[in-house]
Amino acid sequence: MSIIKLLDDFSSEKLTTKSSSRREMFNTLGSFGKKAAAAAVPFGLATSGKAKAATAAFFQENSAVDALQLALTLEYLEAEFYIKALESGVLPAGRAETVYMQISKHETAHVEFLKAGLEGAGATPVSSPTFDFTAGGAFDPFNDNGIGQETAYAQLLALAQAFEDTGVRAYKGQAANLMGTAFLEPALQIHSVEARHASEIRRIRGLEGWITLNNRGAGMPEATQAVYDGEENVMQGGVDVTSLDFADPIVGDVAEAVSQAFDEPINAATANAIAGLFIVSEE
Amino acid sequence: MKKPLVKVDVVNASSKDSKNNSRRKFIRMSGLGIAGSSFLLYGCSDDDMFNPGGEVVDPNPDPNPNPNPEVFDLGSGDVGILNYAYALEQLEAAFYIQVRAGGYYAGAPQEEKDLFDDLYNHEVIHRDFFKAAITAAAGEENTLPDLEFDVSSVDFNSRDSVLATAMALEDTGVGAYNGAGDRIADATYLTLAGKIVSVEARHASAIRSLINPDSADFAGDDVIDENGLDLAYDPSEVFEIAGGFIVTEFTANNLPEPMTGA
Repeated sequence: MSIIKLLDDFSSEKLTTKSSSRREMFNTLGSFGKKAAAAAVPFGLATSGKAKAATAAFFQENSAVDALQLALTLEYLEAEFYIKALESGVLPAGRAETVYMQISKHETAHVEFLKAGLEGAGATPVSSPTFDFTAGGAFDPFNDNGIGQETAYAQLLALAQAFEDTGVRAYKGQAANLMGTAFLEPALQIHSVEARHASEIRRIRGLEGWITLNNRGAGMPEATQAVYDGEENVMQGGVDVTSLDFADPIVGDVAEAVSQAFDEPINAATANAIAGLFIVSEE
Repeated sequence: MKKPLVKVDVVNASSKDSKNNSRRKFIRMSGLGIAGSSFLLYGCSDDDMFNPGGEVVDPNPDPNPNPNPEVFDLGSGDVGILNYAYALEQLEAAFYIQVRAGGYYAGAPQEEKDLFDDLYNHEVIHRDFFKAAITAAAGEENTLPDLEFDVSSVDFNSRDSVLATAMALEDTGVGAYNGAGDRIADATYLTLAGKIVSVEARHASAIRSLINPDSADFAGDDVIDENGLDLAYDPSEVFEIAGGFIVTEFTANNLPEPMTGA
């Protein structure tokens, strides 16, 4: 079967399911919320006011909720970034615009999904911070300040790469905090979507889809280096993976290949510090 | 008493998400052979055994959890999940080894050769890492042996066939890790799985871009749902997809259930 035929089949399948997508979304959200509420069973289901308060208290103090709030903050940042990018007129038509539209759709969905999940669990979702994508004037990705289309476009791509690679690392770093809850699996499902995005943005920028050592890649501003620090790690589960006796020979440099084969997590503090570059502090 | 030995019933395999049906259909179309799976399950149901929250109580204690010692069982707990991942990494590595020995690769543009060199590297590294990690944690006797694969359904001289199979394998890998995460008990192993799944997702995106450049397929609507969530497969779904490639018989009778705290 040809690829073209495959894609045709896909497209028609998409058309036939489109009308129910809205309802499906709410169903999924509903069950996500239900599962989340059920996760608080030790503190009683939220049937009475008192129980509800106990549930909320459980989640407000819970590391799982902290993890989801961090995720929501990062999704707010990404969602707003892609919406503004699409509105800026900086993106050339064709591949870049198609890709940004698809990513924008996902990030906006992630915001709604996480908000619904937090609410379903009895927690109050954090509200969106005020973002400054110029990072205090260092960038002009939407060409608002007249840096010119070409430079603005390069910055749009560089920031997208930094945000996506950060998202992958941040979700990974929070996975353990979601263990034993119904939130873990959807968080992992978001995590791999961010990785698909990162891979594509990197390719548009002329890079490989994966991260070699701690290289931020050609053309990435030095301000983004924190996104890549630690990615050079080759110790996994106490094993120096480069020292394994591979049954089939590795092509090229082993340390580079091993660093590519494992993405590394970042903790909440690092994720917040990176996101903080683009958040207007409320003083 | 021994449980009856049955072939895995791919049609009635349990699924967390009925929407996966369309995805499954797609993967079938993309050239993966599923027929003739030699993957075996002993008549046990995923869901019947589900025991939310508390201690796992086997209502039907089996004094011999592996009734056929000739056939390797992936095992229980985290070791079971690690062996499960190891089986998939063995398959991916075996596939890319064949790709690099085939006609398509020999005549491919350098950029595509480089891509397949990287994918080959990563999967060989994942495979041999799992072997070392499981052997260290559980001993050689509890480590999945080297599996034999039959990839004759793939035409390694055909770019379309190679790319379609690569896409199916990478997407399946993403779904497998995503669906296995909540079955892992140890946080270190969960993070390790996370370190690998995002690389598989980067691969899937790359292959999808190669198949259909300038499109949204890198994270297409066929794999990402309306909530922006990627695939998540149960082990039974994964074996349904990958089973056709696996020649060596093994069983997965003791894999842990999801631990969602519900």
